[in-house]
Amino acid sequence: MEWINTIVQGILIGGLYAMFAAGLSLIFGVMRLVNIAHGDLIVLAAYVALVVVETLGINPLMSLLLVVPVMAVIGYVLQRTILNRTLGDDLLPPLLVTFGLSVIIQNALLELFTADSRKLNAGPIETASIEILPGVSLGILPLAQFVMAVVVIALMQMVFYRTGMGRAFRATSDDQPVAQLMGLDNRHIFGLAMALSLAIVAIAGVLLAVRANFDPSIGPARLIFGFEAVIIGGLGSMWGTLAGGVILGVSQAIGAKIDPGWQLLAGHLVFLFILAVRPQGLFPKVQ
Amino acid sequence: MHAPGFRVAHSTRSSRFGMAGFALLVLALATAPFWAERSDLRLFAEIFTYVALASLWNLLAGYAGLVSVGQQAYVGLGAYILFGLAIFAGVNPVWTIPVAGLVSAIVAIPVAFLIFRLRGHYFAIGTWVVAEVFRLLAAQIGPLGGGSGISLPVSTVTAIAETRQMREFLIYWIALALLVAILGLIVMLLRSRYGLALTAIRDNETAALSNGVNVIRTKLVVYVITAAGTAMIGALIFLQKLRVSPDTAFSVNEWTAFVIFIVVIGGVGRLEGPIVGTIVFFLLRETLADLGAMYLLMLGVVAIAVMLKAPKGIWGYLAERFGWELFPLARRVEQRKD
Repeated sequence: MEWINTIVQGILIGGLYAMFAAGLSLIFGVMRLVNIAHGDLIVLAAYVALVVVETLGINPLMSLLLVVPVMAVIGYVLQRTILNRTLGDDLLPPLLVTFGLSVIIQNALLELFTADSRKLNAGPIETASIEILPGVSLGILPLAQFVMAVVVIALMQMVFYRTGMGRAFRATSDDQPVAQLMGLDNRHIFGLAMALSLAIVAIAGVLLAVRANFDPSIGPARLIFGFEAVIIGGLGSMWGTLAGGVILGVSQAIGAKIDPGWQLLAGHLVFLFILAVRPQGLFPKVQ
Repeated sequence: MHAPGFRVAHSTRSSRFGMAGFALLVLALATAPFWAERSDLRLFAEIFTYVALASLWNLLAGYAGLVSVGQQAYVGLGAYILFGLAIFAGVNPVWTIPVAGLVSAIVAIPVAFLIFRLRGHYFAIGTWVVAEVFRLLAAQIGPLGGGSGISLPVSTVTAIAETRQMREFLIYWIALALLVAILGLIVMLLRSRYGLALTAIRDNETAALSNGVNVIRTKLVVYVITAAGTAMIGALIFLQKLRVSPDTAFSVNEWTAFVIFIVVIGGVGRLEGPIVGTIVFFLLRETLADLGAMYLLMLGVVAIAVMLKAPKGIWGYLAERFGWELFPLARRVEQRKD
């Protein structure tokens, strides 16, 4: 029973990892940019939520109504003012600029909020749980988070394949010059993609803040979890990313059960193992 | 194939000046223990280690196109090899430095096998995962203090040299010698056929491949050499500190973020870039370090501004404007005099 419980908890946290990954893989898919500051933006969203909750006195989950649009606007502006200027054949500029952003966000948060750990309190829902099997109970909050992850990924899938904006994303991803010839403004499309990515980051950030303690330094680890989920799942596949997140979450849960020091290590080792035996990931879509 | 009457010349007038000036500077620095203050010696040694780390990262990213954000993996590995050998095998810490280089070169081969499967940007994050794995493994080594780290025992420290002054001199000279060796090795590598292959890969990987350049092998050679050099510097840095812990040895900020900012500000893909960048970095640090987090924030802003406004860095700007080149790396065809 204990083991089933461990695995179930791992699956649920996997939903959160998949959400870290979804924004990352969206950006990579549309403009071949890996955003090194992705994890720090998740933490930034958590702090934005903290400010909203403390000023308005509302439930953290309600704060999403504000945090999501704020982060989306930040994403659009960031893309139009800085990141668009780094895109091109050279790999170095986008990498170094997002790396610089990561350092800037971390230290700005440190300066504004100190290094103290914070947490958002979502109220009685945090301790509520249902028993699905004797001895195995699911927390309502982790369950809700997992459901939200599935919904977010389903929505992204829909945006990508059922809407005009998604068609523009795919066209730009396939062939930038031709997409431009068809009248698409790449700079605007990239801005929208980053806005969407940071909207997902906002949800991930708020869920993270409700679930665990956070401080300005934890961003890079979230980037790495998201990245591992993308690679395990296979590039270009959204549902693969969810599977990747779940595999990572379960590996970490099992590692932690064996020895608390092995929680993160187990996740990384499973990632490296999959990289060794199946570098294209488990469910690749693009080659 | 040698065309009659022609030869390939490496040096230019400015590179002959550069090399002469460089030789004088090394001589002057070698005598520093006799004229400099203790605190200056420490600062110089630290500058040497950053020039070396930045030059190695520049070789990796600027020449081989392998943009790593995980070089702290090898800084930490070198440090832990030094502490492990010195504490358990009683080896004189100074002699563990070459061992650290050798072992890291061997470790780098299977690591490269794994992370070379990731392309471009994803390679960068892959190197970071490897560094995290090293850090977490180091934290599991109980006899080396686990997560909280360990200090070098006094008996080991006195084995380096009897007096503190001699120890500091020795470490200073090793730092200078390692830096000169690493820079010399990079110059030799870039002048060899590997250097030509690297330049070709940097300019166009597909074209290089179609001209018979073994891209993967060339990159592997650079990755392994860089790992060895970085680990030796890592061992030296922690020999100066006399204490190691997973968080300091595998620190992404100190051993990768600073190094990347140095290279970007100085100029990526030029040997002079890391040297210029380190000087700027230390000038900024000596004047602004009291600001703490604000200092790092400003460093990030400067690096982004340089990347957007002058992507070739300070030295790249000067070199293009005035045709300067301190190292004899260019290849020009000249008519033979005879």
